[in-house]
Amino acid sequence: MRVLIGLALILALTGAVQPKATLPDIEDEVMCVECRTALNISQSPVANQERAFIREKIAQGLDKQQIKAALVDAYGPDVLAEPQAKGFDLSAWIVPGVLVALTGTGVLLLARRWRRGAVDEPAVADLDPADARRLDADLAAFDR
Amino acid sequence: MDNARGVRGVYPAATTLQGVRPRLYWPITLAAAALIALLAYGVTATGNDTTLDEALAKGERVTAPVAELPRLGASGTGSLADEKGKVVVLNVWASWCPPCKSEMPLLERTHERISSQGGLVLGVDTQEPQEDALRFLHKERITFPSLRDRDREYGRKYGVSAYPETFLIDRSGRIAAIRRGPVSRAWLDQHLTPLLRERT
Repeated sequence: MRVLIGLALILALTGAVQPKATLPDIEDEVMCVECRTALNISQSPVANQERAFIREKIAQGLDKQQIKAALVDAYGPDVLAEPQAKGFDLSAWIVPGVLVALTGTGVLLLARRWRRGAVDEPAVADLDPADARRLDADLAAFDR
Repeated sequence: MDNARGVRGVYPAATTLQGVRPRLYWPITLAAAALIALLAYGVTATGNDTTLDEALAKGERVTAPVAELPRLGASGTGSLADEKGKVVVLNVWASWCPPCKSEMPLLERTHERISSQGGLVLGVDTQEPQEDALRFLHKERITFPSLRDRDREYGRKYGVSAYPETFLIDRSGRIAAIRRGPVSRAWLDQHLTPLLRERT
């Protein structure tokens, strides 16, 4: 009985401290709020404070999303590397889509023109009667 | 349609892009102009705002921006507007910033000195967890009040680009002096002492 209780306690304890996130997994999705570089390449005092904050939350058993939410609560939304869907940051989401749409439309227009041109235009035009007669005469001369 | 060599129909005209260029010219030009405008806006919008410094250099006192911010270590919100009629030493700080830590004892002494003369030091703690800021204030035995500018939004209105930065606000709520960097006793004596003598 004592052994079972001991095992249950060990399991409960290891379960409680089992980390649900890692520092490297979060660091590359978070910014150093002062230096404006990714946290995993920042070495400023504020970056060190952010890392300490993340380690503390990992030790508390929070998962990645919970830690990111706690970071936003402490430092503001600029702490996230992903651009926000508002203000100037919105352009980071819109511009690539607009460029893809414009390029796609351009390619479609060109493809349509090329196709129509290939169908509409005969590959070789008919010779007029005078040229045809001259060609026949030249070919006859070669045959002789 | 004639092609570039003047021979009718030998090559399909569209493959030369003739006739296509005029149609694509304006959309491509407009798209390029829009991208350049966006880039220019991004560069100017994220640059440092020096409006207040320029006004001060001309001898003008600009009305200090105000905003309701959460009180650090207390419930509710506070604002610079609550201190109208007083001379305010508005100090933007963070506990992770070494120069901010260095100037804190001087600011605390200044706060104690000017409290009886209708003045106060008002801290604006920025971009850090509240617990870290409170731990630091407790350790350094700082008693002057602070507000919390989590997103640095308020600091941007003052053109804050580094820490610490200090703004002297006169009794009418206007900015009378700016120190972008740590304050010194000499700077405070030079700018703060005359302000305390002024009446609204």
